[in-house]
Amino acid sequence: MTAISEPPAESFRLSQLIYDSRYRSTTIQVVASILLLAAIYWLGRNIVSNLQDLGKDFNFGFLWQRSGYDINQRLIEYSNDSSHGRAALVGILNTLLVSVLGCITATFLGVFAGVLRLSKNWIVARLMTVYVEGFRNIPLLLWILLIFALMTEGTPQPRDFRGENPEASMILWDSVAVTNRGIFVPSPVWGDGAGLLALVFVLSLAGIWWFRRYAFARQEATGEILPIFWTSIGLLVIPTLVVYLGYSAMISKDQYPLIAAGGTEGASLVEYLEENRNPSICSVPDTAAVNLSTTLRGLEQRASIVTVSSVSEVQASLEAGDCVLAVMAPSAAETLIGSVDGVELATLSDTVDRGRPLQFERPQLAGFNFEGGAQLRNSLIALWFALSLYTGAFIAEIVRAGILAVSRGQTEAAFALGLRPNRTMNLVILPQAMRVIIPPLISQYLNLTKNSSLAIAVGYMDVRGTLGGITISQTGRELEGILLMGLFYLVTSLAISGVLNIYNNSVKLQER
Amino acid sequence: MKKSIFLGTLAVAGLAAGFVSAQTLDEVRARGNLSCGVSTGLAGFSMPDANGEWQGFDVAFCRAVAAAVLGDSTAVEFVPLTTQTRFTALASGEVDVLARNTTWTFSRDVDLRLEFVGVNYYDGQGFMVPRDLGVTSALELDGATVCIQTGTTTELNLADFFSSNNMGYEPVPVETNAEAQQQYLAGACDVYTTDASGLAATRATFEDPAGHVVLPEIVSKEPLGPLVRHGDSEWGDVARWTLNAMVAAEELGVTSANVAEMAAGTDNPEINRLLGTEGDLGGMLGLEADWAQNVIAQVGNYDEVFEGNIGASTPIGLSRGLNAQWTDGGLLYAPPFR
Repeated sequence: MTAISEPPAESFRLSQLIYDSRYRSTTIQVVASILLLAAIYWLGRNIVSNLQDLGKDFNFGFLWQRSGYDINQRLIEYSNDSSHGRAALVGILNTLLVSVLGCITATFLGVFAGVLRLSKNWIVARLMTVYVEGFRNIPLLLWILLIFALMTEGTPQPRDFRGENPEASMILWDSVAVTNRGIFVPSPVWGDGAGLLALVFVLSLAGIWWFRRYAFARQEATGEILPIFWTSIGLLVIPTLVVYLGYSAMISKDQYPLIAAGGTEGASLVEYLEENRNPSICSVPDTAAVNLSTTLRGLEQRASIVTVSSVSEVQASLEAGDCVLAVMAPSAAETLIGSVDGVELATLSDTVDRGRPLQFERPQLAGFNFEGGAQLRNSLIALWFALSLYTGAFIAEIVRAGILAVSRGQTEAAFALGLRPNRTMNLVILPQAMRVIIPPLISQYLNLTKNSSLAIAVGYMDVRGTLGGITISQTGRELEGILLMGLFYLVTSLAISGVLNIYNNSVKLQER
Repeated sequence: MKKSIFLGTLAVAGLAAGFVSAQTLDEVRARGNLSCGVSTGLAGFSMPDANGEWQGFDVAFCRAVAAAVLGDSTAVEFVPLTTQTRFTALASGEVDVLARNTTWTFSRDVDLRLEFVGVNYYDGQGFMVPRDLGVTSALELDGATVCIQTGTTTELNLADFFSSNNMGYEPVPVETNAEAQQQYLAGACDVYTTDASGLAATRATFEDPAGHVVLPEIVSKEPLGPLVRHGDSEWGDVARWTLNAMVAAEELGVTSANVAEMAAGTDNPEINRLLGTEGDLGGMLGLEADWAQNVIAQVGNYDEVFEGNIGASTPIGLSRGLNAQWTDGGLLYAPPFR
């Protein structure tokens, strides 16, 4: 009778699923996932039946159809004969371009403002407070529109640069034009010898890397500090500059003959142009062709360059009538004139500079717009600056938080060792602050990339503008277009956070 | 908690997506008003006036449909749509009819599953430039910067026109006519291109309309018309015959001033059939017998609507041109009411 009897074995009752805490959570999870699956199924079926009612199918074939529309900013070759898929790619590259530019600028701005906000100088610290609070408390869209409006309404039109006494003039020794269609800047052109120049530059970079390793090893071993900064600058500039000047001196005196279809032998370029206005030029992409087009624009002609890949293609293009002017080395010119068929070719009396290994083509007023050089469109500038300034304000706060998270004792210890304030910041504080800064910084980069879809407000042709805008309304493929766009942003965001997480793992506190 | 909010959101999203295919005519009757998609603002075609009332040529068509279906031309809810959102709004059932100077094309009719109910304005694409640019022909526009509304047929025509004439251009994409106007006036583009009627309407709102010229070239055919969803033919018939009634009323001399008198009965059996005093055309459409009377009394015939909104006496000052009755050498030709 004294033995403690076992409690009677309970049989499982259904009510235990709710009232017994051992089973309750499982029950809730099962029910919730059934409901979730049912909801997903219901939505999916809804889409299918609605598409059927509308008589629409679901296919991505439109990506291979001709797009029929033009895009102003293209990083790869694209025309209205290209496919919708190609247009989407142009948009994707534009999105990535503004995101990368934005992330870089925002990081610099943010670190700068975040450090300065902690400055002991009252004015500097307050200025940075005004910047941070101003930008992060006003919607991004307003900043984009404001900068765009300033650029469009506050700058001169290209035709204001024309005439004897123009209302506007170019800045920086006539190389940069600020207009209400964007900022036109010189663009680099690679000439003969550019390969050698690039090789020397890469070798210099390798030299710098080797020297820094050597200097650090030496400092570890002997404590002696070598002048890394000035040596690096010297290595970066001097060999490349020497090769550039040497090569230029060798080839810049060379003159290339001008070959004109239907011209008179020995006539000058101006005489030829009276017969053939706005001629098109066939050339392999080199500096001589660029120099020719610069000369033509100086004579108030528009000059389009038909780019070909070899001298024999120049002959084919001339014979086909795609272009009327060609410029090439004297030996190649003789061969060309000898072998060409069906067109009268003449050598003009004017010649063109062969050019230098690297030169800059400056924008010139021709026709309605500036031509030559590179155009930074207002839409890009507005979006880029607004995104950088806005996200920079958030990054500034993250950087400030990171710095404040490093204990004051670290600074004091560094000072006690005799480190100067900027070295303390660079060598002691920032490396430790990075651990706090990196994780929230990832979200800011993601935000910036996704916010770039506000491009639509200023007509910047990002992926939302091409694939998610024009392509959808021209083809009526809303579901497919939006799905693809969602997929692109998802993949991009995952890639950004993946890369930054790898970096984060390398700088975070290593625990053993 | 979080999960229930999530499920709730899903359910609402699902419901909102679920009602597309019901009969539009019954829906409009049950709702008591017509939901009509119009542009975000184009003077003379669809634009709110100083009192916030929508006015214009396309707006009048919406009002005419409301008058025919509900007997009340004011029972319209106007939904302003951009060029990019218009077809999605119509296909999803957000609007019952779209009257937004939209060009009738094969692919829109067939591939986008839309149904154009007719043409209320025969138009073509033109170019507008500032007069002091000194351009007299569109063929001189090589290298120009062009403002263009995205997602339109004009965008495609523009690309075709420049490439077929071996010219280059720089497109500046804009969303709405208002945005285009602002960019054009700021000189951010040299040229604005859209339907010639749209150019005239836009120029009429400028401070100095005489400082801008519309170039002589008309580079495309742009038959603009109202449209409805594919697959609801009854509703398509109502919209189509409302438009035809307005055109036929002009041809037959029925105006808002004399419609009441004519409704008492005339010698012309076609007028009698149109106004419902003879036969039962309204009943065949599923409408009241006096549907066309309501349209003409409350909105007017085609001529009254044209002259009142975009005609020669208005600031927009368009002449009838192609849009005259066939009897006057134009293209307007309503099928017989029989």
